[in-house]
Amino acid sequence: MSEPVLKETVSTPVSEAMKEQKPPKKRHKHAEWTAFKKSRLGMFGLVILVIMSFIAIAAQFLMPYDPLAQDVANRAQGMTADHWLGTDPLGRDILSRVILGSQTSLFVGFVSVAISTIAGGFIGMLAAYKGGWLDDILMRILESIMMIPLLLFGLMIIVALGSSTTTLIMVISIGLMPGVARMARGSALEVKEKEYIKAAISLGGGNLRIIMRHIFPNILGPLLVISTLHMSSAIRIEASLSFLGVGVQPPTPTWGNMIQEGFQYITSTPGLIIFPGLALLIVSISFNVMGDAIRDAFDPHIKHQRK
Amino acid sequence: MIKYVTRRLLVAIPTIFITISIIFFSLRILPGDPALAILGENASEEALQNLREQLGLNLPVWQQYIHYIGDLLRGDLGESISSGTPVIQMIQENFGSTIILSIASIMLGCLIGIPVGILSALRPNSWIDNFVRFISMIWVSVPPFLLGILLILAFSLKLNLFPSMGAGEGIWGTIHHMILPTFTLGLILSGVMMRFARASMLEEINQDYIRTAKAKGIPINVVIFKHALRNSLIPVITVIGIDITALISGAVITETIFSRPGLGSLAVGAIMTRDFAILQGCLVLFAVLVIIVNLLVDISYSIVNPKIKQS
Repeated sequence: MSEPVLKETVSTPVSEAMKEQKPPKKRHKHAEWTAFKKSRLGMFGLVILVIMSFIAIAAQFLMPYDPLAQDVANRAQGMTADHWLGTDPLGRDILSRVILGSQTSLFVGFVSVAISTIAGGFIGMLAAYKGGWLDDILMRILESIMMIPLLLFGLMIIVALGSSTTTLIMVISIGLMPGVARMARGSALEVKEKEYIKAAISLGGGNLRIIMRHIFPNILGPLLVISTLHMSSAIRIEASLSFLGVGVQPPTPTWGNMIQEGFQYITSTPGLIIFPGLALLIVSISFNVMGDAIRDAFDPHIKHQRK
Repeated sequence: MIKYVTRRLLVAIPTIFITISIIFFSLRILPGDPALAILGENASEEALQNLREQLGLNLPVWQQYIHYIGDLLRGDLGESISSGTPVIQMIQENFGSTIILSIASIMLGCLIGIPVGILSALRPNSWIDNFVRFISMIWVSVPPFLLGILLILAFSLKLNLFPSMGAGEGIWGTIHHMILPTFTLGLILSGVMMRFARASMLEEINQDYIRTAKAKGIPINVVIFKHALRNSLIPVITVIGIDITALISGAVITETIFSRPGLGSLAVGAIMTRDFAILQGCLVLFAVLVIIVNLLVDISYSIVNPKIKQS
């Protein structure tokens, strides 16, 4: 019993001293979050995405039916009490398939964006920090990748090399990386001119250390913005490739290949287009509005303009 | 001016070279085996080896690369694996249809996007502005294949107003068949245009010279339409350059959905036969096209905006 009392008496002066210092620092640190919270659309996107992520993670527990089980007696039904969103032409429950599809779509999107953001961010920072010929070569290569229409690139790679989720993720990552790298380079160039970077260099900081410890934290904001917007793109590309039959392969459901099946039976089961389509659209919009809101939160210039 | 154009042209040449090299090496570096992908898991080792020889995949990579570049320089995009037809010939047959669809979509996108974006910028944070921002957000977020299918569902199957497939015959038939595909791509592009035109106009309205013009007592309409509008439209040109790759990807998938002849249908048709030579040819052509469009956009931008030339 005496322990908590002791702790309290000991910690009081310390915590009071911290209280004196903390509030201004805290306010400064969370200024972006405060600005973001003011954006109703951004918050709306965030809430939707939290719910969707929960659904994707807990998909195995939330699905009312086995998404692969075919029930021939109840095939191609509209919305019923048993099957809320109806069944597809093979008698599979559409709701269960949309739920499992969210898992695939968000997983592919998340992994591709993570890879492209880490790789692109590092390449961009390196190009900005080193400058010179390395910068020229890296930027020329990335610019060239941007000239390739991603959907066709994905088609070619997957048709030539065979379809697998790994190939799909790699294709999307390659396509998104140049955008990240260019943005990271632009932001890093600004940071590079700051006094503290010069100080770090003159103190003998190693290149990698300066990039990771001093430049990286300062371009986190722009990286967060672009990765949020890229989540939307990645999910759309995955859906487009799966729609064309070269993305995630059936029977594993994704929104893209469900819509493809729905398109074949467009007159009998429009629900197979509408519900996965709606899920895809809502997630895509949510990431975009959230990305916009984060950008506004990090960029006081735009906020000023809006008013 | 001539100096700028020459310099820009000289930069475009290595870009084309690097781009086609990336297309080549990505097929060699990424894991997977084209022969196995074409013949399937059950193919015998002998059949695989034969196909590899036929495709030239048994040669060392550097030799393959020299052949590839040499062929491209002679305008040879290779032959179709399944039919043996030169890819360049297949592309020529399908090129026109895709270009017409793309140009029509760009025009529709500008026609809807620019006026609406400007209108929205003139009344910032009004209900019109909020509505426009909401709509443009939908257009930039919807994948073309989904929008195309939803348009078919609504306007072909439910309302029976427009045909859902084919290219049509005669002038009216062609136009009638083009409306839904053009709206599919045009609406998506209009979303990007709206956002860009709005941002550009907002920035212009807040400039000092506009305030000066207003202070001098020039009527507000004149200030907006004669001064701000002209300057704010210049950067909108660049959207076409930025968005051209997305437009091409969109055209590919839109043609598939509406069963229109064109490069998209050619490319997607090649999925079934695993004919990656066709896809590679299309990709090289599109990449070069994108570079040329970007070059033209940059040059025309430098003509209307003399500030660019100095940098």
